[in-house]
Amino acid sequence: MDWMAWTLPTALFFGFIGTLLVGMTIWELRSPCIERKGLLPISTTRGDRLFIGLLGSAYWHLLVVGVTDWSVWIASVLSLFWLIAVMRWG
Amino acid sequence: MKVHNNKAWWLVLPVFLLVAFSAVVPMMTVVNYSVQDIFDHSTRYFVGVDWYKQVLQDTRLHESLLRQFIFSTCVLLIEIPLGIAIALCMPTKGRMASLVLIVLAIPLLIPWNVVGTIWQIFGRADIGLLGWSLNSLGISYNYAANTSDAWVTVLIMDVWHWTSLVALLCYSGLRAIPDVYYQAARIDRASDWAVFRHIQLPKLKSVLLIAVMLRFMDSFMIYTEPFVLTGGGPGNATTFLSQTLTQMAIGQFDLGPAAAFSLVYFLIILLVSWLFYTAMTHNDKTR
Repeated sequence: MDWMAWTLPTALFFGFIGTLLVGMTIWELRSPCIERKGLLPISTTRGDRLFIGLLGSAYWHLLVVGVTDWSVWIASVLSLFWLIAVMRWG
Repeated sequence: MKVHNNKAWWLVLPVFLLVAFSAVVPMMTVVNYSVQDIFDHSTRYFVGVDWYKQVLQDTRLHESLLRQFIFSTCVLLIEIPLGIAIALCMPTKGRMASLVLIVLAIPLLIPWNVVGTIWQIFGRADIGLLGWSLNSLGISYNYAANTSDAWVTVLIMDVWHWTSLVALLCYSGLRAIPDVYYQAARIDRASDWAVFRHIQLPKLKSVLLIAVMLRFMDSFMIYTEPFVLTGGGPGNATTFLSQTLTQMAIGQFDLGPAAAFSLVYFLIILLVSWLFYTAMTHNDKTR
């Protein structure tokens, strides 16, 4: 796997995403979700909300890194709040 | 409550493995590259988000991105209505129907670099039919020196190459509409426009979704045709994102910045495609 040029932060990142996907799959198998409409302007399933949460998180990072001089950790904290908010109220 | 049989998911496993090897693993590698300064196989240094910062603040990339959005918007605005119009005019049965289908499929079979070469020669003022004819008519045309001419030529070339795809998709969608809808419209004495607006267009929605997504994604990552035709010029007038990326990755061998740029590029395509998909399927869900 050396050709993939792994680093600890990227390994942790993919580990987090992988765990999230496995967790969501188990959750869906145990209790299938029902599509609903929350704060987002469209009705969404649990998977939709995860996708929107992750895509939004990526854009939060791009915004913070590209436009400000803030630490990337601020973007990560913002993203975490965003992900939780979308999953819970989206 | 409806009970699902989740064993069917095992059938998806081969495709899952294929996608993992062809897309997920390479993308993970790109992510790894994007946070490192890579000199060779064993010499690499972790740089965090430096490459992202550099890429996001690079004016050359901003200009390429703007050009790319303008190009993709023009492509969609021209090819989608034109494809629908061609599909509506196509014969539905007989030998002519087969002939028209074959003729429309021809541009789709030509490799991208050949398309670029065809239009490069076609547009030349000395030996190309288009360039020579326009100049003979007194219209000054030179795609190698004039920005507007270069843009128009690249756009017409893309329209020539890909409108057939939209037309064929729409044609298949139109043929799938049951005749009873047209019979009901005739009884109501509906005009041609009313038939199109209330029967054909709603029934074409799913194929149009595919057409819009395919044409957006494809036009947003266009590389070969403009590269062969104009080489990105005059100046940088027709240098689109993928050409800028290639220059960075292969020309300058800046693997880290190129990897960061690739991921930003991917995120833009992902967001716009998702927005198109959501907008076009939203009404069906709410019904």
